[in-house]
Amino acid sequence: MTTAGLFVMIFAIGGMTGLLGWCVYKVMSTPDSTQHLHSPLDIDAGDKSDSHHGSRHDGAK
Amino acid sequence: MSNSPSGERWSTRVGVILAVTGSAVGLGNFLRFPGQAAQNGGGLFMIPYLVAFLIVGIPLAWSEWALGRHGGNRGYNSAPGIFGGVLRRPKGAYVGMLGTVMPVLIYTYYVVVEALCLYYAWHYLTGTLAGFGDDVSAVGDFFVASMGMTEHGAIFTSGQGQFLGFVGICFFINFFLIYRGLSRGIEKFCAIAMPLLVVCALIVLVRVLTLQPLPETPDQTLWAGLGFMWNPAQQDGSIWDTLANPDVWLAATGQIFFSLSVGFGLILTYASYLRKDDDVALSSLTSVSGNGFCEVVLGGMIALPAAYIFLGPMFLSDPQNIGTFSLGFVTLPNVFNQMPAGSFFGFLFFFLLFLAAVTSSLSMLQPSIALLEEGLGITRKPSVAILGFITFAGTFFIVYFSAGLQALDTVDFWMANFFIFIFATVQTLIFGWVLGPKKGYEELAAGAEICVPRGIMFVIRYISPLFLLTVFALWCRRSLPGRWEAIMNPPAGEPPVVLMALGFIVVVLLFFSFVIAGANQRWYQTDKEPS
Repeated sequence: MTTAGLFVMIFAIGGMTGLLGWCVYKVMSTPDSTQHLHSPLDIDAGDKSDSHHGSRHDGAK
Repeated sequence: MSNSPSGERWSTRVGVILAVTGSAVGLGNFLRFPGQAAQNGGGLFMIPYLVAFLIVGIPLAWSEWALGRHGGNRGYNSAPGIFGGVLRRPKGAYVGMLGTVMPVLIYTYYVVVEALCLYYAWHYLTGTLAGFGDDVSAVGDFFVASMGMTEHGAIFTSGQGQFLGFVGICFFINFFLIYRGLSRGIEKFCAIAMPLLVVCALIVLVRVLTLQPLPETPDQTLWAGLGFMWNPAQQDGSIWDTLANPDVWLAATGQIFFSLSVGFGLILTYASYLRKDDDVALSSLTSVSGNGFCEVVLGGMIALPAAYIFLGPMFLSDPQNIGTFSLGFVTLPNVFNQMPAGSFFGFLFFFLLFLAAVTSSLSMLQPSIALLEEGLGITRKPSVAILGFITFAGTFFIVYFSAGLQALDTVDFWMANFFIFIFATVQTLIFGWVLGPKKGYEELAAGAEICVPRGIMFVIRYISPLFLLTVFALWCRRSLPGRWEAIMNPPAGEPPVVLMALGFIVVVLLFFSFVIAGANQRWYQTDKEPS
């Protein structure tokens, strides 16, 4: 391998590894990156329809 | 509240990044990249590759992620819905039709290649392939027989039932995972498969980097093999002549473009399951760089340096030996067969190719599942069944008309080469010009965890489409005359496979146009305001 080839190889491999490393660091340093994406409001507790009906019923009263 | 009509969502941010990276990482990273680099200037290839990465790869990925999330938050999960919404008219949905048709048709042959990877992994595990030893032609014969390349229907008559069984297994795996849904199927599988893939690749890489030259060819060292891959090689004349060659730029842009899975409509659908404030800038950059890592670091260091040590520079100088299929399924098995513990490393290599292929093929099914659910108002189960029928018919066609891989080659050419350029250009224009520079930038920067340069919209509006159109024009000039000849003059005495493949493509296009017509009715009946 020539010096130019060695330079290209190191530059290409180092560049890609560095970019990926930086991105992974940024993603993992975000506190919720591995946690569930749903916010509490997204969680369906299964009681939504009942309470909805209840309030409509109350309103009718 | 979920933004998706089906209620589908990603469960973690790392999960969506791994799924998109898995969609991008495929055979192209490990087999196509080294061949393209070696044929187009070696180390010099990295200059146009880097330019294409910066002005096509990253801008297209960013625009596709942002456009997908934009559509998803308005209740659309498929390219037709997203395009119709942005263009503010029902006819706009037809502009996005290719974003569901291309992945489905690519899946019909990709699953065969995926099965071939698993088939090779199995035959390394059982010792069949390693048993060929240094008989170079035996591996070639095995490949030809496996794919039934001698005559149409050969795969059904020449005792290749075992390979068909592997195609069936791959079909089952894909549809089982897609049926389980976005987070329980695709995301969970990618969360396991992607790290496993990298571990397998790193083990094979360590093996390659510790290889010793054969006693009879002491000059064929690892160092020389790395030089074959990375030395800047002048084709005709000086370095500048090589860099002035449009074919080198065409190859580099094509590699970036096909490898990143941008312009297929896959990322549109995946990103549509994100929330309005979820980051897309860093996530897409992470998946793009993950794909680049698998390509440059793993793909660039494994295949050709190993092949150089065992087969030599003369063998690799023949472009036929380093094409994607020949490098993967003929050249590399010959390398593993001569390597100490080659059975184990051959198994690992083909297993990692299989994992890369599954994570890609899964992403090809989700866009049409989303459209079927949206368009026909049906649940995931019947959507999966309809898609299963279409893809089964397509794969049967590919597997049956296998002589010279004509059917596979035709569908691949029109879908993964021709239409992808058109769709990617249209998508870039829609993001840059219809959504506009102000709204487009705001969409991209919303929730971003990195600073998005403002100049990106200039690149997306002017440079990327111009670059894509130039490369497309050059590519058409070089590739279309031969294809036109094949359509107009089919070989005498043989079934017109090329015409039949085009007919199949038209049938699938018609089917999805009916689905879009139904989807338009549903979208506008339910008062889904276009954005």
